Amino acid sequence: MRFDVAIVGAGPAGLAAAVNAAESGLTVVLVDAGTQPGGQFWRHPDEAAAAAAGTTVGESDGHHDWKRFADLRARLYALEDKGAVEYWRNTQVWLIEPGTSATTLRLTPTVAHDSHAPEVVTARHIILCPGGYDRQLPIPGWDLPGVMAAGGVQALLKGNRTAAGTVAVVGGTGPFLLPVATGLATAGVKVAAICEANSPTGWLKNLRGAVQAPEKGPEGLEYAAALAKHRIPYRVRTAVTAIHGNDKVEAVTIAKLAADGSVLPGTGRRVPCDLVALGWGFTAQLELVLAAGAETAVDVDDSLIAVVDERLRSSVPGVSVAGEATGVGGAAMAVVEGELAALCVAAEAGQSSAGNATLGGRIAKLQRNRERLRAFAVAMHRANPVPARWHSWLTPETVVCRCEEVSYGSLCDAHTELGAQDARSLKSFARPGMGWCQGRVCGFATASIAADFAGCPTSADDLRSMAKRTLAAPVTLGQLAALTPAIPTPCNPDEGL
Amino acid sequence: MPEIQLSLDGMPLPARPGQTVGAALTDAGISAWRTTRNEGRPRGLFCGIGICFDCLLVVDGVPNQRACLTPVRDGMTLDTGCAPGGPETPTQGGGAA
Repeated sequence: MRFDVAIVGAGPAGLAAAVNAAESGLTVVLVDAGTQPGGQFWRHPDEAAAAAAGTTVGESDGHHDWKRFADLRARLYALEDKGAVEYWRNTQVWLIEPGTSATTLRLTPTVAHDSHAPEVVTARHIILCPGGYDRQLPIPGWDLPGVMAAGGVQALLKGNRTAAGTVAVVGGTGPFLLPVATGLATAGVKVAAICEANSPTGWLKNLRGAVQAPEKGPEGLEYAAALAKHRIPYRVRTAVTAIHGNDKVEAVTIAKLAADGSVLPGTGRRVPCDLVALGWGFTAQLELVLAAGAETAVDVDDSLIAVVDERLRSSVPGVSVAGEATGVGGAAMAVVEGELAALCVAAEAGQSSAGNATLGGRIAKLQRNRERLRAFAVAMHRANPVPARWHSWLTPETVVCRCEEVSYGSLCDAHTELGAQDARSLKSFARPGMGWCQGRVCGFATASIAADFAGCPTSADDLRSMAKRTLAAPVTLGQLAALTPAIPTPCNPDEGL
Repeated sequence: MPEIQLSLDGMPLPARPGQTVGAALTDAGISAWRTTRNEGRPRGLFCGIGICFDCLLVVDGVPNQRACLTPVRDGMTLDTGCAPGGPETPTQGGGAA
């Protein structure tokens, strides 16, 4: 099957890209791992179950900007009904192969049995909208059941109406901790503390960027009111520095941080809880960007991101990137980028029902909007950095790589005894990032630890060596075997050996 | 909403239609259903969105399924596979340096 555009991801960026590309007259396929549109930000209860029960009331509970989503979703479903968009749910891309005139995507179901998508699709243009997930720092005890990524706690609430515990501590840095904490409190969970490693005064240093997005002001006030209503203590310059329990979480130690992020001696205290939600900003999902061979760079938040031009084209012809993968910036910015990427592809294809002059004007407006939202995102990142000395909270026994159960001590040994100087050699010698998740969870931390050993800032090379994955999703050996004939061979078999 | 029934290692597990397996287990007060290969440590939901593969279990006989992404279905059988040889054999291999 061949399309003008294939869009990967049906979150804010991908939805906006798909709807705008199709409305511009391009043939579109939308591939998404989820069972329904929305991505992580607009995750909501199962639409089919709600319809069967005769109620969609409360669908938007805990959401911001739901109207924007409802509009995009309605347009997507209408386009799907009239055959203008092929929308393949429960489908992951496991391999991307850019070619001269088209790019091939190889597909696999997210959940066994439930996908109706073919195994291969090609398109002249690809718009990658893979989104992101919570960035994690290892903490002693973070591998205990009851410790979750803040986004996972939120996903249970927004998608399932399930609270993952009864007494919670929410910790890390960044504004995302607030909706997680207030979401839990609304669901009846006692939130014993929000531990924000930075201080809100960080905003003052970045006022120029912050005032570029005045719409964020009321959102902040809303959270302040919710914290007061639920009596949630908001502790700044404070971190969860250890998690306690035998087979599940029983308590955490929270401590005050010095300006460099090290623990202020004597400030630690124990807080009982059965749920810990952790998030240190976000990591962009870059496996498809890297697999396509596109250029990447380190952003102001130390995340590895795709390098794109003002039309959101990556360094690989025919591959554009939109949303968090171009720099973490939130849903509003992702929607702008999705539309921008789609309209630029439409303009390039000379295909738009709106006419090229109108299209050019719209593109310019979206580019200005993107600049404005990017300034806000940069201000936010500068106010919420990962504490420089976070490594000092670790003990030799602290698990860094959850999959391969690689401890901080064994990384130290790989450095001091085996001479590992960068993330790549740490990975070779001690195996962090080589298990099931392929470094998605420990990649940032391992790169940061490598940089700490080397006494320099986290480098793009360290991040890249933890983010490159041969396959973007696990597949069966059968799928790999079936691929063999399609892989271009280095020599022409007709010429013999 | 009417409940549906799943089984977990042969024991009944109630769920609400539209939930994920991970949510149904959490609602039942179960926070771990897998042990790690080396240290035998308990694991359940961590990332909750399909990234970390901590929550793997056997669904209707298919190993290595992510509980956080798998929608519940009436009559679904779940196995924790905590026994040796359980769900801990990645097909995507290691050395993607």
